[in-house]
This record gives sequence, structure tokens and C-alpha cells, in this order.
Amino acid sequence: MITFSERQLKTPKFMRPVYLVTAGQSKYARAIPEKRTEELCVDALTMAAELLGLTPAELKRYIHSCYYGHFADHFGDQLLGEAVIHDRLGLDPLGNIGIKSGGATGGSTLWEAAKAVASGYSDCVLAMGWERMDEVPTDEGNFLIASAADRDWESPMGQIYTGYYAVMAQKYWQVFGKAEASFRRTLAEISVKHHGYGRFNPFAHGGMEITVDDVLMSPLVADPLRALDCCLMSVGAACAVLCDEATAMELTKDTKNRPLRIWVTAGSHTLRPADRRNMDIPLLPNEAPDQYKDLAKEFPGGERYPGFTGFLAARMAAYYGYRMTGITDPTEDLDVIELHDAFTISDVQTYEDIGVRPYGRGRDYVESGDCYHTNPHTGKPGKLPSNLSGGLIGCMHAVGASGIMQVFEIATQLWGRWAEIHGDKKRWEEFGREKPEDWTDLQVKGAKRALSISHAGVGSHVTATILMDPDHLLKKDA
Amino acid sequence: MSSYGQVQVKNGRYKFRGDFHRLEQHMPIRDADNGWRLVGVTKPRDMTYVHTYGGEAEFFEALSQGKLLATKCDNPACESKGSIFQPFRIHCPDCLAKNAVIDMTDVAKKKATIHTFMVCARSGAFNMLDKPIRFINVEFEGVSTILFSYLLLGEPKIGMRVVPVFKRYNPTYTILDLSWVPAGTKAEELPEGYSF
Ligand SMILES: [Zn+2]
Repeated sequence: MITFSERQLKTPKFMRPVYLVTAGQSKYARAIPEKRTEELCVDALTMAAELLGLTPAELKRYIHSCYYGHFADHFGDQLLGEAVIHDRLGLDPLGNIGIKSGGATGGSTLWEAAKAVASGYSDCVLAMGWERMDEVPTDEGNFLIASAADRDWESPMGQIYTGYYAVMAQKYWQVFGKAEASFRRTLAEISVKHHGYGRFNPFAHGGMEITVDDVLMSPLVADPLRALDCCLMSVGAACAVLCDEATAMELTKDTKNRPLRIWVTAGSHTLRPADRRNMDIPLLPNEAPDQYKDLAKEFPGGERYPGFTGFLAARMAAYYGYRMTGITDPTEDLDVIELHDAFTISDVQTYEDIGVRPYGRGRDYVESGDCYHTNPHTGKPGKLPSNLSGGLIGCMHAVGASGIMQVFEIATQLWGRWAEIHGDKKRWEEFGREKPEDWTDLQVKGAKRALSISHAGVGSHVTATILMDPDHLLKKDA
Repeated sequence: MSSYGQVQVKNGRYKFRGDFHRLEQHMPIRDADNGWRLVGVTKPRDMTYVHTYGGEAEFFEALSQGKLLATKCDNPACESKGSIFQPFRIHCPDCLAKNAVIDMTDVAKKKATIHTFMVCARSGAFNMLDKPIRFINVEFEGVSTILFSYLLLGEPKIGMRVVPVFKRYNPTYTILDLSWVPAGTKAEELPEGYSF
């Protein structure tokens, strides 16, 4: 049983407001042999400057300290790669630090960057994340990824991370999914949705027009998960620039980027799911104290919390984030979200962890059509569209960049610049990609508040990044 | 002539003998679609890592002797007093006192069931298990955590009773020395080198 002290549950507080003023990203692909990682980071920073109508040199003049997210050093055989990138970006001798927290690295990088501004240490910071996993064959790649599991208790077994993760998927599938064919189809629908949205994103490399049956007939990876249920493995870089209020106003003056308030919170849970102990469910503001008293009756096998079916780290990131920003019901208060869809089934688990649906009811978010840009059942706007970028399944998963890519995406939504940035024919051509004939504008009309979840492996680290238009805050002193 | 890298501890220090790496030539990477221009180089690397089990060493030694050790917090002041940990935790996660080591082989033989599982057809480089690998998470009555392992025989199902088997002949001194079979499996059905 684990319990919290009141101090541990303190609502986090920034000492002053923090703003996101711009963001940028490189092209994403399975492999980019023609470019060094440094070149991809230069591409991302150059784009961030362009969105403000600045040259990179002009934007760099504002930056005071730098936060670099890169997870898998051992793939590149280069420790302290941050120093290489920092030098190539021409940001020496400013202070910089590397951040790594598995799949949540991008989110954790923003967490550090935001705190640096909130504390007053810096007025303007760069958060940059990247990854490259294209330079090893699959077997060796699997081995290197398995090093992120416990080296004595897990990795020796098969050296295959999917196996350590998929035991949790199996439990969710049987307990909350009741191993129903209809639930299997709902999972497939998520893959169709994310590959489909990926088609309209020029940065993405997972865009595909597929059907539920294509997903159900794709090769089995770890039952019930199939190849098309899994995220991509990608190369690329993404960045964001965070500022205090005065700098944010100055940098965004006469630009199309409204400065957006940003908050980042984090949770964690053991590297080995084996070590998870039972506890009471920490409740989100939209959940009632007795809400889950019959959960195990309704879903036999669901007695343990978080057991192997919930991600406590995601629940805690939301717990802190919602209280920090005044969110009471994410579905009502938010307009667009990006979730860490490592697998279709973990996407569903996350809906529950962050309170978009109660535990056990995640599938309804998809089945109701709420998660779509346009609800396929009603033809009306989806209530809370998710992963319009394509997510990790349809856009990319370049680990250190993923959490920043998500924030880039929701920021373009809140700026109302989604169509301009994703529809630009020149960008499609520059990336060597063909803009589809049926390209569709996925701008969420009037979006003012957004959330992204960055998540590591079996749930060891999770961050929640919340963006709001400063004229649409939910809490005065947030 | 090369020899395997071997290590002993003597006078409180590691003593290294033999070869811990192998030297191989870098090779150019060329672009077959663009006039064979140079793209980069390969960097061969083959080296032996050295690693202590520290306070968990007795757990791994015990596997080779057919015993499953766990730990238990006996600190009367701890909110988790009496909690049993499998995986073996050296210190209690709550009070950080040193846990007591207990032999839970009997509990494992009588009260172990599959909490969840995964049959996995793939593996990574350096995998030593036969495929498909039947990953199982084993739940024990009275133990606060759940052990990740693999099923040696049969097909896994949630709730299925399993019993531990140990690789006592030619042990690897890794977690692979422990595996599980369905309750009721007979000794003669076990693969060579494994015993109850
Ligand atoms: Zn204790």
C-alpha cells in the first residue's frame, strides 16, 4: 500500500507566468542517412524563428539557457551529445543541460525549461529534443531498447521491450476489454484514425489510408497487438521557446503567434511493473470519492490499482496539472489534446488515467466519436479531438522529440495556424512528400486550451503539458 | 589467440583476466542510389561488461540451488511492516531499512498464479530463450508485488496455477535460472538441466 503526505500532494506553483512563444520541428522519417542529428536540430530552431518572423540569429539573442532532451545515447555512441548540438546551434557559452526520461524525455525537457523561466533564472529558454534510432538493425535496436528495462530482472528475458510492456496490455485487454471482438475493433479504429490524420501532416512519416480490417489483419506482434497497433520508430528533432511575460510580448509582437501560457507537471512510477503495490486511486477533480467502489465487481480481475492496467505516473501528472491550472473536467475544459499512443491500447489506458473517461470506460471516448476532429457519427466537431498530428502511430516517435512535437501541434492549434503550417505545399515538397489530393484542414475552430501527455515505457515517467490562451484561463492565479 | 574475459574480486577490487574487447576495422557506408558517394562509416564494437549484483547476489546464487528468496520489512515503525517483496528488494521502499531475507520457495510451490502474460514471437539481439517466449507475471498470495518471469512448458492463462523450476545444472546465475511450469507438471516432463 502506498500513501501520500499532504506535502507530496501540494498543488505545484510557478513563481511567475511562463509563456510558449514559438516551436519548430524537422522532417520526421524512419531513417535520415543524409543528415547528422545537428542538422535536424538546426532545421527545428530555424523553423521556430521563422514562425516569429525572425532569423535564427535574432531569436538566439533572446535565449538565456538551454534544455536538451535526448534519450538513447547508446544508439549513437556519443555521450554528452547535448554539448555537440549546443555548439552546432552556436549557443555556447550559455548554460545547458541534458534531460532523459525514456519516452517522456520531450515532456520532461519542457518541464525543466518551464521551471527555469518560472523561477526567474532565465527570461527566455530553448527546449530542444531529438532522437535517432535508424543506425542499428532491428535485433540490435531491440536489444538497446531493452536496456531501458531492469537489466537483472527483465532485459535478460528475450531482450525485447515489447514483451515487458505487452503483459500490461494483455491484462487490460482481458479485464477491462473483456477480450471482446468489439473492443479489438475499437483499438483498430484508433490506428485508422491516427494513420489517417498523419496523412495531412507534412512532418509525419506514418500517414496511411487504412481500414479497421487492415489493422486486424496486420502481422501479430504480441497478442492482441498487431503491427498497425504500434507506434513508429523515427528520426527527427523538435524545439520550443519559453519566456516570461515581458519577453513573450516582445517576441510575439506583430506576429501570428499569440503567447500561450504553459504549465508542465510530472509523475513517476517504478521501472519494473512487477514492483507496483496496491493503493487507493488518486482522484481527479471530476471523480467522486465512491466512484470506483464497484470497479472490481464490474470488471473482475480489476481489484488492483494501478495493477497492470493503469499508469499511476499519468494519473499523478494529471492530478498535479489539473489542480495547478483549474481544470475540473478535461473533456469540458480542453479543446484539443495529444496523447502518447505508443500502442492503441495504451492510448485507451491514458484516457482513463487523465480522466477523459473513468477507469474501465476508456473505449467510450473513441466509440462516441468525441476523439475525432469531426465526429463520424454526427458530422459535428468532435468534443475533444485527440492526436490530430497522427500521434506516435501516425506522425512519429523520435523519442526525445516526441513530447515537444505534441506541444508544437497543440500550439499551432491554439495559434489558429494549423492549416497554414501543415497545408503549405512548399513544405510538403521540401520534405519530398506529396500533399494528398484530399488534404483536410484539421484546425479545431476556436481552440483555446490544450493538453499533451508524454509517457515513458511502462509508465516510469509521465508529464502533462497544458497550454492556454491567456484570455481563457480557468484560474486567476495559475 | 583470444580468451574470454574473466573477473574475480580479490582484496576488495576487480581482477580482470583475458580479453574484454575485440578490435575490428571500420567500413565505409556508401549510397547505392547516388554514385556510391560516402555517407558514413560502421563502428564495430564487441566488449564485455562487468556488473555486481551487490545485495541481490544471494538471490541469484539461491536460484542455482533451487531456492526462491524474497525479502520482508520487519521494521516495527514502518507503515509497510510485514510486507513481502518479490522481486527481492534489499531495502524496504518505505522506511529504507534493510529487509530480512526469507525463503519463499514453499509459497511459490503452493500459491503462485499467473497475473498476466504475453506470448512473444520476437526477441532482441543476445536473447537466450527459445521462441515464442511465454512471458508471465506471477502473483503470490501474501506478497505485495508481482514477479516477472517466463513459462517453460504449456500455454499461459490468467489465473493459472504455476510452480517454479530452477536451472540447477549449468546455471547462468541470471534471472533466467528461474522459470515456471503449470501446477501438476511431472519431473520427467522438464527439459534437461531443470528441476523443481
Ligand atoms: Zn519498511
